[in-house]
Amino acid sequence: MLSKRIIPCLDVRDGKTTKGIRFKENVDIGDPVEMARLYYEAGADEIVFYDITASHEKRGIMIEVVRRVAKTIFIPFSVGGGLRSVEDMRAVLLAGAEKVSVNSAAVRDPSIISKGAKAFGNQCIVLGMDVKHVGVKAGIPSGYEIVINGGRSYMGIDALQWAKEAEALGAGEICLNAIDADGTREGYELNLTAMISENVGIPVIASGGAGKPEHLYDVLTKGKADAALIASMVHYGTYTLPQIKEYLGDRGIKVRKTW
Amino acid sequence: MIAIIDYDAGNLTSVARAVSHLGFSCTVTNDLKAIQRSERIIFPGVGAAGSAMASLRRLDLDRCLKDAFEEGKPVLGICVGTQVILEHSEENNTTCLGFIPGTVRAFPGDLRSCNGERLKIPHMGWNRVRIVRAHPLLTDIRETDEFYFVHGYFPNPRDPDWVVGLTDYGLTFASVMGRRNLFATQFHPEKSGRPGLSILRRFCRWDGNHKA
Repeated sequence: MLSKRIIPCLDVRDGKTTKGIRFKENVDIGDPVEMARLYYEAGADEIVFYDITASHEKRGIMIEVVRRVAKTIFIPFSVGGGLRSVEDMRAVLLAGAEKVSVNSAAVRDPSIISKGAKAFGNQCIVLGMDVKHVGVKAGIPSGYEIVINGGRSYMGIDALQWAKEAEALGAGEICLNAIDADGTREGYELNLTAMISENVGIPVIASGGAGKPEHLYDVLTKGKADAALIASMVHYGTYTLPQIKEYLGDRGIKVRKTW
Repeated sequence: MIAIIDYDAGNLTSVARAVSHLGFSCTVTNDLKAIQRSERIIFPGVGAAGSAMASLRRLDLDRCLKDAFEEGKPVLGICVGTQVILEHSEENNTTCLGFIPGTVRAFPGDLRSCNGERLKIPHMGWNRVRIVRAHPLLTDIRETDEFYFVHGYFPNPRDPDWVVGLTDYGLTFASVMGRRNLFATQFHPEKSGRPGLSILRRFCRWDGNHKA
């Protein structure tokens, strides 16, 4: 049986991570490569990098980060943020990422999913979805709507429909970010996650709201998620990856226990 | 020198990076002479069996690999590189190299776990390998170790003597095969952390004798 994946997420701006970590004293908290190495050594099953660099001119910095990460960790990692074309994807994959994730670029032009899948294989293409609960209304039968620009722009697209469409276009995986839960540390959006996961045939990574290990337990059971993204709960040293995995393993979740 | 076979199948740089990280020199190549001169061959791959075999034939690598295998040079197959070592793949209905008797089959669409849960395809993520036959490349592997898989088709060797490790995903398949100088994994050792690197490290020093 597959293990449920626990995936730390690092936000990177101009080549530096924007959240520090405290679980080791001697770490340059700004260096994404060093953070990736620590998480790799602590048993992360995969790592997600989001490049939140605002200016397009500085994007080469991220490629260099990806190159250094690829020489340092030997587990899969994905890179997202600002990828607008197959050429952008290619640069990141050649630098050593296992997967690329597209979010708003795919909302604007869904063909980037099929083009990417054709060029690199479905398993390389992750669809990032930012979703808000708006209630059932015309055009939004699931009650969840796709948003972009950090939740400021409502796109009039139903989240469930979009997930199915992305799967049909060739996305290999969905990273589902519940904007309402993001940053609250009060738990993942279980209803949303279960609804998407039960209606697509590709893995779903739950994102947004993790504050303690029981939140991961909930989303991996009731939420039917295949993987859980975590950020602040490990970045600030509140929990370590081995602690989280032990908690889940003790409660019957299959997780990777040796690495 | 280790030759990593370049047949446009992708994922080559990650294997080369892992081998270099371990301190061994390697070259990513499709040059027949370079492959003939090499001491060991790694045969990686991502993508589809059909296009992989087409590239191998076009580049004359099919014969080159067969010669290497027959002369006893250590060969490591990874993922699609492993699959095309069997005789036939259901993926694109492809005739493959046939070093290992058997076929490659698609995971059925209605795959379920032992407790009835629907399983997603491809089989992607971390899973265990049950070692059924000792092998010198697996000396450091513990029972709880897991490996990173990404595949929609699985090896189904006919001869049980080839089976070294088994993995469960709705059904049980041969995730590691090996005999003589050939060792082949369905998972990606280069993406499997410490246990994966251990297999690569041992391969890079291996004399090609499969008796543990």
